[in-house]
Amino acid sequence: MLKRIALAVIILIFGVGVAFFVYKSEPRLNPNFSNENSFFKNHPFRLGLDLSGGSHLIYKADVSGVPSGQVTESMNSLRDVIERRINLFGVSEPIVQVQGKGFISGGDNQLIVDLPGITDVKKATEMIGQTPLLEFKVQAPAGTSQKATVDKDGKVSLDASSQFVSTQLTGRYLKGASLEFDQTTREPKVSLQFDDTGTKLFAQITKENVGKVVAIYLDGAPISTPVVREEIPNGQAVISGNFTPDEGKQLVGRLNSGALPVPISLVSTQTIGATLGDSAAQSGVKAGVMGFLLISVFLILWYRLPGLIAVLALSFYTALLLAIFKVLPVTLSAAGIGGFIISLGMAVDANVLIFERMKEEIRNGHNITDGIHAGFKRAWTSVRDSNTSSIITSIILFWIGTSLIKGFALTFGLGVLVSMFSAITVSRIFLFALGINKQNSLTGFLFGSGFSSAKSVDNK
Amino acid sequence: MFIVKYKKIFLIFSGLMVLVAVVFISVFGLRLGIDFKGGALLEASYIANRPDISLLENKIKTLNINQALVQPTGEKEYLVKTRDLSESEHQALLSALSLDGKYPVSEKSFTSIGPSVGSELAYKAILSIIFVIIAIILFITFVFRKVSRPVASWKYGVITIITLLHDIVIPAGIFALISHYSGAEVDTLFVLALLTILGLSVHDKIVVFDRVRENLSTGTSRDFAETVGTSTKATIVRSINITLTIIFVLVPLYLFGPETTKNFAMILTIGLVFGIYSSLFFASPLLVLVQEWQNRKKK
Repeated sequence: MLKRIALAVIILIFGVGVAFFVYKSEPRLNPNFSNENSFFKNHPFRLGLDLSGGSHLIYKADVSGVPSGQVTESMNSLRDVIERRINLFGVSEPIVQVQGKGFISGGDNQLIVDLPGITDVKKATEMIGQTPLLEFKVQAPAGTSQKATVDKDGKVSLDASSQFVSTQLTGRYLKGASLEFDQTTREPKVSLQFDDTGTKLFAQITKENVGKVVAIYLDGAPISTPVVREEIPNGQAVISGNFTPDEGKQLVGRLNSGALPVPISLVSTQTIGATLGDSAAQSGVKAGVMGFLLISVFLILWYRLPGLIAVLALSFYTALLLAIFKVLPVTLSAAGIGGFIISLGMAVDANVLIFERMKEEIRNGHNITDGIHAGFKRAWTSVRDSNTSSIITSIILFWIGTSLIKGFALTFGLGVLVSMFSAITVSRIFLFALGINKQNSLTGFLFGSGFSSAKSVDNK
Repeated sequence: MFIVKYKKIFLIFSGLMVLVAVVFISVFGLRLGIDFKGGALLEASYIANRPDISLLENKIKTLNINQALVQPTGEKEYLVKTRDLSESEHQALLSALSLDGKYPVSEKSFTSIGPSVGSELAYKAILSIIFVIIAIILFITFVFRKVSRPVASWKYGVITIITLLHDIVIPAGIFALISHYSGAEVDTLFVLALLTILGLSVHDKIVVFDRVRENLSTGTSRDFAETVGTSTKATIVRSINITLTIIFVLVPLYLFGPETTKNFAMILTIGLVFGIYSSLFFASPLLVLVQEWQNRKKK
């Protein structure tokens, strides 16, 4: 008996500690937040864009020029470049993800950029749009059909895009760039240094194209088209366009912050103003609190003492889950909060199943202690199977779904997992710690439910 | 047990409801939102007072955006729906909305979704529903494998799926009817609501079938129909209480929750009510009916 009480006290203290952590680490709740130590400060809720305001951009990456085996690599380096780019602008906690093409994800290779707090799409897209796209192209082999246009004066001009073909060498192999001046003409030029892979590729390209033109493309247009004189093994290339020193300096800056390996185009934008997000977050919390109170009142009125225990277990559940959201951290969106609220329902369900079963067992002749035991034991299979199916559903949704559905699936799935612990283990520990085994009208009332009290048939 | 005794009445009622829902969907149709078909949605809030709607419509006509739908919301706000917009078109629309600065406006939200993103979303939504359904059939077949008599365990899975379709078609039909009048559109959250109904509904069916499984293995009664009847009866209070608790969280979510989740809460509530109906009055009668068919075939 003492052991049971000790266990219940430990769980209670743990629960209160977790709730204290949730309270302390939340700027909206804790008036002294700014004075707390860094452990608390580092764990506020991470709110999704729909709640905190910000921009959500989806870019389509054109990987048609990349050999099929290297698409993933190119996409990853694309992500790194964009991430570096955004960090330069001091956006806090940006999320940059790539999404590959495939049976499950369908569609295109995409780059998804979340910018919390940036509600000016124009600024956001400019920020990303400044990232240069650097490509090296070689002359198309002789015999390749060329596109030519004849203008009204009768002059024939060749279309540059059909003259050159892409190589594997792109901005992703760039190590650095610097501004130099030609020693004789004093013209500014940009010198490029490749990394190891880039150096090898460049050496190979120059070796195979001695006497031919290697075109350097910037942002989809040829910027420099030098003729290769000999193999260049040291991984250095020079862009000598007709630019002013200022333009040259700007280009170096852009290249040094990373160059795009593949062209990207914006296909979807979403911005949510901070006020809208804030009111959505507040009303979400309000709805959650109201729902919690309504459930508590209902559980206590209908299930009495076990109902009270269930409310305790539910409070424990809420505190623990919120702490998990903070520590992992889970980004909470409106859909995520929806998932959390539904999981509250599931957590209650396990208790309702157990209590109904308990009442039934007591009615069928068990005394209260045996009834509690039998209730937990018999209800277990249905709690296990129904929650497992919920977890399977949430895994599938998390796997396949778009970001909004993923947010829902994550909080829902975590919620169901935690609820299996709180609704079964925690409420069981509390119930047994009470040590009720006497059978009288008071305990009969306390363990009754609805409009009847729990009576064992034998005791009549 | 009355549920089993009057099973035909319940089955016919369910069938009729599904039929009515299908009629609603085919007559009114489900309006796809920009999430699925692509397009742009701008929510503009005016600092002082909002200009007349016709002024705005005329101004927007001068832009190169073929069609724009302007709707007033709240006291000082307008919703503008157009095809998907590039960033420069978006800026042009914003300045048009302020009538070149005469009516200062702040942008509450802006979404522009390209058609390819929209179709990808629809693809994923359908794919996830199919995957969830397949996983559920397999799971139920597995957990009910020990009660293959008198009804094979995979049949429990199939019955669950039939009742699931019942549970998502009816709310979809009611939504079609409501959206015909309110203009609500099918968005990702709608799909999410259907998926949640799916999850909760399976949850319910498993609880009822679990009781059938237990009573079959303990041999409560020799008669299958009677076993199903008593099992269903034993879970009625639990089923109603749990639906009530979830509705207790959904009602505040509808009344006080964020604007975005209002339709979600409404569809979910409708779905839950029909879900609980189908767990008690549709799944169990169906189970008995399947067993009776089997018997008839044997004879």
